[in-house]
Amino acid sequence: MDWEVKIETKLKDGILDPQGKAVKTGLKQLGYDNVGSVYVGKYLELILDDIPNQAKAEDMVIDMCEKLLANPVIEDYKYELTKVER
Amino acid sequence: MKAGVVTFPGSNCDQDVYNVLNNIFDLETDMIWHKDKKLNHYDLVVLPGGFSYGDYLRSGAIARFSNIMESVIDYANQGGLVLGICNGFQILLESDLLPGAMKVNDNLKFVCKNVQLKVTNNNSPFTNQYNKEEIIEMPVAHGEGNYYIDPKRLKNLKINEQILLKYKNNEENPNGSIENIAGICNKEKNVFGLMPHPERCSEEIISPGASDGYRMFSSIIEEVKVRGEKLVR
Repeated sequence: MDWEVKIETKLKDGILDPQGKAVKTGLKQLGYDNVGSVYVGKYLELILDDIPNQAKAEDMVIDMCEKLLANPVIEDYKYELTKVER
Repeated sequence: MKAGVVTFPGSNCDQDVYNVLNNIFDLETDMIWHKDKKLNHYDLVVLPGGFSYGDYLRSGAIARFSNIMESVIDYANQGGLVLGICNGFQILLESDLLPGAMKVNDNLKFVCKNVQLKVTNNNSPFTNQYNKEEIIEMPVAHGEGNYYIDPKRLKNLKINEQILLKYKNNEENPNGSIENIAGICNKEKNVFGLMPHPERCSEEIISPGASDGYRMFSSIIEEVKVRGEKLVR
């Protein structure tokens, strides 16, 4: 079974994000005064080939996030897993 | 004394470090390719500055998994001296050889200039030729040098005297790093990472009147000498 994985990483809440702060300033300039906080994150899409079940695929994704795709010291991640229909 | 300088794809200060070690200090120095698995015997391994793997994902994140790093981590865990400069510092953080992480500079700019630094601890293999609290000058050149560490680990850094270099004050801090930190070592003090570039200010012809980097390398040589004498005794 093949799986499509969508992963988002972003700085943990409470850690000041310089990029988010700059984007917020830009939005304010445009008149969006209601913007509270902005975090800029990363978005990754990957395809996993030949993984027999969802649990195995999830384990793999978590492992990849912890080891490489996110830096657990400062970043949170979340993922979405869907089976690729042929 | 023998030194090794690792070249990752995208390293661009490796030859500068080689020049300082080999031509200025006359040390036997090897260039080590990132694909090598085995590390020969060295008294010092340097992870140089640059943009390993294009800084993709996060600075240093991909270099951390190159073949040679497993051996570098073993070498460090056995007490070998490791110096990580700029991108090398980022790789040491990603490898968990040093605590904390790098964020994008507060002002979102790539900062390339000389900054004033304070030697906060001169009792280390990397700073023993400076005076404590001495103000020195070195160039920085980075976009992600905004050092972050959580309050609990920051406290440990202080208790263990792991902060070796700070930017002199808030005005001199080019990136917004926590407590103006510019360079830290591990608890055992054999692994040191810093954002400034000592190799770019180690000879008068390149940085007239500001060759404070020289003593970082002479500190390491002194340490290796002392270690050697201990072995003989």
